[in-house]
Amino acid sequence: MANHFTDNPALQFELQHPLLERIASLKEQDFSLADAEPEAPFSLADAKDSYARVLATMGAITATTMKANAEGVDIEGPSLDEGRVHYAQGTKHNLLRLQQAGLYGMILPRQYGGLNIPLTVYTMCAEMIGSADPSFCNIWSLQDCAQAIYEFGTEEQKATLLSRVAKGETLSMDLTEPDAGSDLQAAMLRATYDADNDCWRLNGVKRFITNGDANIHLVLARSEEGTTDARGLSLFIYDANDGGVDVRRIEHKLGVHGSPTCELVYNNARATLCGDRKMGLIKYVMSLMNCARLGIAAQSVGLQQAALEEAKNYAAERKQFGKTIAELAPVYQMLGNMQARLDASRTLLYETARYVDLYKALEATSRWRKLEPEERKELKTAARLADCLTPLAKLMNAEFAIQSCYDGLQVHGGSGFMMEYPIQRLMRDARVTNIYEGTSQMQVVAALRYVTNGTYTALHSEWSNKAVAPELLPLQAKATAMGTAYETALAHVKATEDVEYLDFCARALVEMAALTLMAHLLLYNATQNYSLFEHSVQAFILLAESETMRHHTAILSSSPSTLNAYRPSKI
Amino acid sequence: MKLEIIVLLKQVPDTRNVSEALMTAEGLVNRNALPAIVNPQDLFALSEALSLKSRYPGSVVRLLTMGPPSAADVLREGLWRGADSAVLLSDRALGGADTLATSYALALAIRKMGMPDFIFCGHQSLDGDTAHVGPQVAEFLGVDQVTNCKGVSLLDQDKKELYAVQKRHAKQAMLSVAPPALVAFSGSSSWNDTYNAHALLTYKHAATKREQAMHPVLTPAQFESRPYLTIEQWDANDIGAEGHRIGLQGSPTRVVHTEAVSFTPKGGEQLTDSDADIAHLVDALTALNHG
Repeated sequence: MANHFTDNPALQFELQHPLLERIASLKEQDFSLADAEPEAPFSLADAKDSYARVLATMGAITATTMKANAEGVDIEGPSLDEGRVHYAQGTKHNLLRLQQAGLYGMILPRQYGGLNIPLTVYTMCAEMIGSADPSFCNIWSLQDCAQAIYEFGTEEQKATLLSRVAKGETLSMDLTEPDAGSDLQAAMLRATYDADNDCWRLNGVKRFITNGDANIHLVLARSEEGTTDARGLSLFIYDANDGGVDVRRIEHKLGVHGSPTCELVYNNARATLCGDRKMGLIKYVMSLMNCARLGIAAQSVGLQQAALEEAKNYAAERKQFGKTIAELAPVYQMLGNMQARLDASRTLLYETARYVDLYKALEATSRWRKLEPEERKELKTAARLADCLTPLAKLMNAEFAIQSCYDGLQVHGGSGFMMEYPIQRLMRDARVTNIYEGTSQMQVVAALRYVTNGTYTALHSEWSNKAVAPELLPLQAKATAMGTAYETALAHVKATEDVEYLDFCARALVEMAALTLMAHLLLYNATQNYSLFEHSVQAFILLAESETMRHHTAILSSSPSTLNAYRPSKI
Repeated sequence: MKLEIIVLLKQVPDTRNVSEALMTAEGLVNRNALPAIVNPQDLFALSEALSLKSRYPGSVVRLLTMGPPSAADVLREGLWRGADSAVLLSDRALGGADTLATSYALALAIRKMGMPDFIFCGHQSLDGDTAHVGPQVAEFLGVDQVTNCKGVSLLDQDKKELYAVQKRHAKQAMLSVAPPALVAFSGSSSWNDTYNAHALLTYKHAATKREQAMHPVLTPAQFESRPYLTIEQWDANDIGAEGHRIGLQGSPTRVVHTEAVSFTPKGGEQLTDSDADIAHLVDALTALNHG
C-alpha cells in the first residue's frame, strides 16, 4: 500500500538528524516519563521508532484516503447554510479518518491528550498532508494554534480546550479584517469587558479567515478603547459552543477550495482573554504567525513533492519523437530542477523546524526545572536561528512551490492545461502559498533585520567551514563564493546608507542569503547520504549560483538613483 | 451502556497478489514467501467492533487468535487499531486443525475468556476460504449467528440489540440480533484501515511471555509493572480441550487431492461507448437483475 512516509527516503533522512535526538530527550525529560505515561518512549531509539510509526500511520492515510479525496474536495468545496459552514464530503472523511487515527493535538503534552510529538515530526506530517490535499493541510495545521493556548492560556483554558483539540476539534486564527491585512495593527474588531458576566464581548467583522467556522477561535481584537496601534490589541479565545459568530460568506477562490475562507460577523460574542492584555499582536500573534509560516513552508514542500510525482509519471508515460518525453533534455531539465528545489526546500524546512522545536522544548523544560547556564545559551541561539530561518523557509519554499507546479504543468504540455490532470489543481493550490500567512514581501521585511545585522553572513561562514565529502569540495567552493557575492552586494547597499534603496534591494539580498544557506544544507545532506542527494545538490547549486550571480549583478549595477525609474510617478 | 465484544483474528499469507514466482512446482502457493497479514475480512469485524467501542465509551474489545507464536503479530496489529487486550491460543497439539477442530478450540477459549455480548469475526479467510469457522464457533457456543454481514449498529441500548445488515446476493436483509451472538462480516460500514496513534504508542511493545523473555527494549520487571502489555498465551490444556478433538486428530476433513486450476474466459463481448452498445448493456444488466 502506498505510504507518503515509508516511500520517501528523503523525508526519512530528516528523521535521523542528530539535533532531533536532543529535542526528543528534552521533550521526554530524558526518557523518565515512561513509568507514568503509557505512550512515552523508554529510550532515544524507542522515541525515534515511535516517531517513525506515527509518521507511517499518517503517511498511509495521506497517500490513500486523502489523496483520493482531493479532486472531489476541489470540485465540491465547502458550502454555507444559515451562517454555518459545511465541509466537502472528502474533507469530512479526512477529518474523521485522522480523528480515528488519533492524529490531532500531536504536539500537545500527553496530559491534555496530545502525542507530545516534536514539532519537527508534526511538520513532516504537514508536508505529507500538503502533498495529498493542500486545502486540508490548512484545516489540519490550524491545530498549532493550540500551542498558543498551551503557552499563554490559563490553566482553566488549557484544561477545557486542549483535550478537545486532541480529539479533533478544529481551530481558526481570526486576525485579518477588511482594512487590516498585512498591516495587522490596524485591526479594529472591538472587545469590551462585560463585568456582569465576567467575560469579554466581541463585535465587528473579520475577513479572509481560514476555517472560519472552527470549534475554537483565537481572535485578535482591540481591547483598549481609543487606541489605533498594536498596543491596543489583545488575543481572545472564542468557543463556538457559546455562539455569537456567524459566517457571512465563503470566499470563491482560485485554489485550496476545500479550505473555507470566511468572512465572519461577531455579534456580542462571548470570549475570554488569552494571556495578557495589550500583548495580542506584539507577542502572541507573532508567535502564532511563526508557527503558521512554518506550516506553509511545509505545505509548499508537499506541493513540490506532489507536482514532481505528477510530472515524472506523466513524462515517463507520454511518448513523442519515438521516446518518452522524460528522455528529452528540455523535459528532464525541468524535472531535475524540480527535484533540486524540492530537496533544498525540504532541508531548509527541517533545519528551521528543528530550531523552533529546540527552543520551544527548552522553554517547556524551564517550566519544570531550572535550565543550566549552557542550556539558557542554547535556548537563546535556537530562538534566534528559528526567528531568522522561518521567513527564509516561508519565502523560498512558497516561491519554489509555485515555480515547480508551473514547471510540472509545463511538463504535461497541452494536457496540463486541461482540468482532468491533478497538476492544474496543484498549480492553483500553490499560488496562495506566497500570499497567506504573510506575503513574500512581508517575509523579506522579517528577514531583512538578519541581513543587516550580519546573522546570515555568520551562518554562511560557519557552514563554509564544515567538512563535506571530498567529492563535494568543488560544490562547497561554489557555495562559499555565493556567500562572498552576497557579502559584496550587501556591502554595496550598506555603503549608500539609503534606507529606501536597502528596501529596494531587500528581496534580492534575502534570496541570496537563502540560496547560499540552502546550498550548504544540501551539501551537508549529500555528505551524510551521497547517493540520495548526489544529483539534487549538483542541480541546485547550478541553479542557485546563477540566481545569486543574477542578483549580484543587478545590485552592483544599481544605486539609489536607480529607484527614480521605478517610483510610482514614473509608472 | 457498555458492550463486550471478542473479535477473532486469523493470520494468513497475503495471497492477493500471488505471482508465478510464488507458486511451487506442484501448483501450490509457497506460503513462506508471502507476507503474513491479518485476514482482510477479520479487519471488517474489528472495524465494526472499534466503531461501537468509540460510540459507547467503556465498551471493551478483546482479541483472540489461534496460530503459531508468530500469530502474536496480528494481535499486536489489533491492539494498535484500538482493541483492549488479546489472547493467543498456540500449541503444537492444535496444529493441522481443520475448521471443526479450530472452531472447537476457539469456542473453548471464548468460554475461558468469559462470554461477551458479541463475537465478531470475518466471514471467510483469504487462505482457507471455507466460511465455516464463524458458524461452527456459534454452534459450539450455542449462540445465534449472522453471517455475510456488511455492517452493524446498535438498535436497542437497553437490550444491547444490534441492527445487522446481511448481504443476500443483490439484495440485503436487515436483522436485529440480541446478545449473545456471533456476527461474521464480509464488509464494513465503518471501515477504518489505520492504526490509532495513541494505541500504537501504548501497545507498541505488547508481547507474549515468551517474547518478553528476549525483548530488545523492555526488561521483565518493566513488563511486570505494565500488565496491559502482556498478550495472554494459552495452550490446549489451558482451555481444557479434549485431545481427540483438536489438531489433526480432531479433524475429520481430509485433503485427498489438489489440482492447479487456471481459468480462461469463455466468451463475453466487447462494447464501445456508442448509444446502441450502451442500450444493449442496460438491457442485459436489467434482465440479469430481474432474473
